[in-house]
Amino acid sequence: MIHTFVGDLGHFFVIFSFVSALIAAFAYFKASVSQDFALQEQWRNNGRIAFGIHTISVFGIVICLFSIIYNHYFEYHYAWSHSSTRLPAQYMISCFWEGQEGSFLLWLFWHAILGIVLIFTSRQWENKVMTIVSLVQAFLASMILGIVIPLINFKIGSSPFILLRDAISAPIFTMQPNFIPEDGNGLNPLLQNYWMVIHPPVLFLGFATTLVPFAFCIAGLWEGKYKEWIKPTLPWSLFSAAILGLGVLMGGYWAYETLNFGGYWNWDPVENAVYVPWLILVASIHSMIIYKNSETALKSSIILVISTFILILYSTFLTRSGILGNASVHSFTDLGLSGQLLVYLLFFTLIAIIIAKVKWKHIPSSDKEVSTYSREFWVFIGITILCLMGFQVLLPTSIPVYNALVESFGFVSNVAPPADQIGFYTKFQLWFSIAIALLSGTAQFFWWKKIDKSTLINNLKTPVILTLLITAIVIAIAGIRNPTYMLLMVSGIYSIVSNGNILIRTLKVNPKLSGGSIAHIGVALMLIGILASSGYSKVVSLNNTGLLISKEADAEFNNENLLLFLNEPRIMAGYDITYRGDFVEDRDHGIFINKNDIHLTKDTYQVIAKTSISYGEFEYYQENDTIEIAPENTYYKIEYLDGDSNLFTLYPRAQVNEAMGLLASPDIKRNLGKDLYTHVSSIPDPDEPKEWTELAETEVAVNANFFVNDYVATLTNMERIEQVEGVNLSPEDVAVKATIKVQGETRDYFIQPIFVIKEGLVGRIPDEIPDLGIKINVLNIHPEKGTISLGYSTTQKSWIVMKALEKPLINVLWIGTLILMLGFSIAIYRRYREFKSA
Amino acid sequence: MKKSHILAIVVIGIAIAIMISTAGDTSSYVNFTEAKNMAVKNSSDVKVHVVGTLKKDAQGQVMDIYPSPDKLSFSFILLDDQNTPQEVYYNEPMPADFQRSEQVVIIGSYQKDVFVADKILLKCPSKYQEKEIKAS
Repeated sequence: MIHTFVGDLGHFFVIFSFVSALIAAFAYFKASVSQDFALQEQWRNNGRIAFGIHTISVFGIVICLFSIIYNHYFEYHYAWSHSSTRLPAQYMISCFWEGQEGSFLLWLFWHAILGIVLIFTSRQWENKVMTIVSLVQAFLASMILGIVIPLINFKIGSSPFILLRDAISAPIFTMQPNFIPEDGNGLNPLLQNYWMVIHPPVLFLGFATTLVPFAFCIAGLWEGKYKEWIKPTLPWSLFSAAILGLGVLMGGYWAYETLNFGGYWNWDPVENAVYVPWLILVASIHSMIIYKNSETALKSSIILVISTFILILYSTFLTRSGILGNASVHSFTDLGLSGQLLVYLLFFTLIAIIIAKVKWKHIPSSDKEVSTYSREFWVFIGITILCLMGFQVLLPTSIPVYNALVESFGFVSNVAPPADQIGFYTKFQLWFSIAIALLSGTAQFFWWKKIDKSTLINNLKTPVILTLLITAIVIAIAGIRNPTYMLLMVSGIYSIVSNGNILIRTLKVNPKLSGGSIAHIGVALMLIGILASSGYSKVVSLNNTGLLISKEADAEFNNENLLLFLNEPRIMAGYDITYRGDFVEDRDHGIFINKNDIHLTKDTYQVIAKTSISYGEFEYYQENDTIEIAPENTYYKIEYLDGDSNLFTLYPRAQVNEAMGLLASPDIKRNLGKDLYTHVSSIPDPDEPKEWTELAETEVAVNANFFVNDYVATLTNMERIEQVEGVNLSPEDVAVKATIKVQGETRDYFIQPIFVIKEGLVGRIPDEIPDLGIKINVLNIHPEKGTISLGYSTTQKSWIVMKALEKPLINVLWIGTLILMLGFSIAIYRRYREFKSA
Repeated sequence: MKKSHILAIVVIGIAIAIMISTAGDTSSYVNFTEAKNMAVKNSSDVKVHVVGTLKKDAQGQVMDIYPSPDKLSFSFILLDDQNTPQEVYYNEPMPADFQRSEQVVIIGSYQKDVFVADKILLKCPSKYQEKEIKAS
């Protein structure tokens, strides 16, 4: 049965949210332009009601879509392509943002909530601000509208409530229109990660909040309140910068933990598309702060606030229109929305430009020459550098757009982005970062216009001397030889020292003012963390055996990877490391279970325990219990023993993809000073049949010892069993299971071959211990002697090839991030109080 | 001259430097014939982008993919927009979804007769034609 109701309801909510956003925009517009106070009041109330209905509709869409995913209604395309019956509930939320429609929905959702907050807090700004917000909502809702305009046959938006049979033309639907697939395609396993549950909502909240400063700025220009808009905007801009920055770094952290390129930032166009607006947003905050203190930089504040929002729209266009298709590793699907996205981008760009142009001559500006010894001069240089940083990244990221533009005029353009992205961007961003660190340390010393040369030198003396001292020690200990890195280190330390100095002073006077210096310390720490972890990342898994791992692979692979055989220790970077076997993750308790302790079943998600499975005191499973596992992941247990006999274990993960790809995810040992980052780089091909030795025979009695491949083995038990997986036993048939204990180097293993006599024919089901490379068969049973004949063969032991890197001081990056967030929070609190008291 | 003018000139100078540097570092989208000519002309190896599709047989099955025995690297035949076939070598395991991609972008250069890719970007088919439905 196809559940059409929930989809129809959802689609109805989509249309309703679109229409109500339009009505709200219209009502608020009327309220903004009307002169009559009573009429204003009336229209505002209409606007509030319409926006309230809009918000309820958005919630309705979310609930409908979630119930489709949650109830596994695979007749819907969205559920079918992003979810599956096996998907754990917490990741069903991630299904929302795996698809484009869902991520528009998330955006819509945040805007709706922000709109409600603004209705309650923006006071006299409400009418104009909400006109803008409602208009943006109408555009966003149109992206998921999914209706076709008759006659011209133009499709607006792509609905998440489309049925599978309407989305895909498969032959099955012509035969069986009501066909419902039993299971969905599931969520990309790399996205089944807790960071992917929280990173997208945070990032989208960051996107959504950039609308608020834009709306206040346009409202200010519109109403002729050219200065007053800054006060309510500043706390919002700070909030937005904090959330957007946090969202971006969460993405970086996810990449560091889940992907195996060993980093957190790759200068991919999709990453750049968020980085640039963030830089401009931070620049706009500084510009507004200068304005608040010195009445200059009002025009630049307006330009920067508008640019931030336009850049967010531009990045949306870049990442969702499919224009980056040939330039980005993230493969985006084009939903046919590029035209609509372009209209969205151009509409708000034009509105902003026109309003700014019309009002430009009224905007007050100061013609006074700024003093070189004033803070605003140096902060303004900092703003300029932030803009240049953004410009340097935006220019090459937009190359696909130039190509599309040139081609739309009928010419041919074949410019491609730089082949070595990391090298290309780093060579500029590194120098800009040095400048930013130096400025953020120095500008704080210039109290507003009150300072002259000698005071400045006096103030700077202590921090500079302290910096040089610390840097000398750091450079000597760390052994930094690269002059550029030295400079970045000096400027980073300088920024920490001088901002620390300011921090101590402000804490004495007024702790509420400490946000700026704390945030700058955070940024400086991040720069040092990035410098150390990227510039001094070191491969430690050096192959010094002199043996090649693989003849086909290149020298780098052979030199920088280690081949580990099971239970054979090797020495690496001061550790004794030992590969201890392959594990799967139990979905109920999250514990790792050795593959030797389980039987596979026909259902790949379920396995049966061969023996009791316990961790510490607690027994999780008894023999023959069924265990739910996530079959796509295998975890490779590697034990590390350091010189002081401290033992720790890492479980790097690999997914063997159907298309033969090996998706390796690292496991990281986090130490204070450095992370040890390890991942497998090669494993035996699971599809390739193992090469077994010729069968050897032995005859044993119960509880007698014998040798298999030099391991002591004991036949512990023989029992008749009633059921055999995959075989239909009738009452006359006989099945016997032998249990044999094999004493391996580190632990005992159990192996359980089965002997079946079905309709007079003998069947043998062998069993193996992958760890030891042993396979045993029951060849025959001799009841008269009380013995059985066993056949065994052996194969190569399990192995993995692994790579390990040391990432020094990466924690400084994460700590810096947290300190930056703390600085932002203090500043938000201060600026919000200023707005409230106004 | 006012300080703001000096600042403006410096900013414009840096912006121009960035543009020139970007223009100098850009790669280009070419086909295999052009890539080969470039490799012959410039002894230094200039990295280029080539957009192409995988070779398929009449049934639409991807053909001519040769993974190395240890699966650590692989070679394949790519057809560029002129349908020129070329052997491409990639010193990494085969990316997931490689065989399903409708378009492949390779970034790299010629080393003798083989195109060595440093990076592969995949364009997977739009999801509306993408997957087959398993009818059971």
